[in-house]
Amino acid sequence: MKKILTAIFTASVIAFSSPAVFSTEEVVLTHNGGVPSLRGLVEVSDVNKAEALKKVPREQHLIDRNYVQQPPLIPHSIRGYQVNLNANKCLSCHSFKNAGAMGATKVSVTHFITREGTTLSDVSPRRYFCLQCHVTQADAKPLVDNTFTPVDSLR
Amino acid sequence: MLKLLKRLWVIMKSPSTASFGFILVIGFLGGIIFWGGFNTGMEATNTEAFCSGCHAPIVKEIRETIHYSNRSGVRAICSDCHVPHKWTDKIVRKVQASKELFAFAMGTIDTDEKFKARRAHLANREWQRMKENNSQECRNCHQFEYMDFSEQGKRSVSQHSTALASGDKTCVDCHKGIAHQLPDMKGIEGWQ
Repeated sequence: MKKILTAIFTASVIAFSSPAVFSTEEVVLTHNGGVPSLRGLVEVSDVNKAEALKKVPREQHLIDRNYVQQPPLIPHSIRGYQVNLNANKCLSCHSFKNAGAMGATKVSVTHFITREGTTLSDVSPRRYFCLQCHVTQADAKPLVDNTFTPVDSLR
Repeated sequence: MLKLLKRLWVIMKSPSTASFGFILVIGFLGGIIFWGGFNTGMEATNTEAFCSGCHAPIVKEIRETIHYSNRSGVRAICSDCHVPHKWTDKIVRKVQASKELFAFAMGTIDTDEKFKARRAHLANREWQRMKENNSQECRNCHQFEYMDFSEQGKRSVSQHSTALASGDKTCVDCHKGIAHQLPDMKGIEGWQ
């Protein structure tokens, strides 16, 4: 009995492990159509090792815009800043009312315009959620090289 | 019943035959047990588990914040900010808190809706308390004298070296909602 069990066990180990051992290259070529992706030449079902989370610096220099009408990037940490129906922490420094005293950049008046084109006296609801467009920047290298260059006026 | 009380009174009034030393020792030991028990009981009402008994949803809110999860693993629990540390102040606060037992019995905030409706009131009361005692509970850990402005961010320094240093503002004037979700902030100074 014991011998039979051992035989079955050994057989199954060989059966399961052998394809992985012998034919990594072949399987990759058959299962992903031979197309190397950003993840490299790996099996579609393989899970890549996640990179370490990037840390957002507590403070950095103002980041230049790359194209006209790019929403300016947030050059500081925003951990714990609540932006919801009840409160908007961004506006406690960047609103027209508070920006002067806090030495912060004012929101642009374009944020006061509703979608019908009416200018309101304060931030329009459609522009209220700052983080939809403005985001923090970690020091991360681009995953893909690109040849994009800003227009002359921004260079 | 009255007879029993009378007999008790006579016993309490009459001088005992026990030795002075014995009475002293009994009194001393009794004192330790009573005082220790009292303080232990009071500390038990300072634990997170006790607070969660009624305020479970609020206690959960702290988890995303810096006072719960941070790089060095130091953390503050409810009582660190909401109960004074000095003994006399603590007793005063604890006696005030006995009113909250009444609110518990009445079920003032026992549903999510009731709590949300009352949240602004509760928050305002706590901000007012901290403003009046000059953010005493913040300062139990964050002492101004030991703040190194060269280690702080530009934005922090510009506020701490001016308004905080001169005493114009106290911690809670700017640092609201650092461990909780905020209520409607309309009309609160410095917001929107």
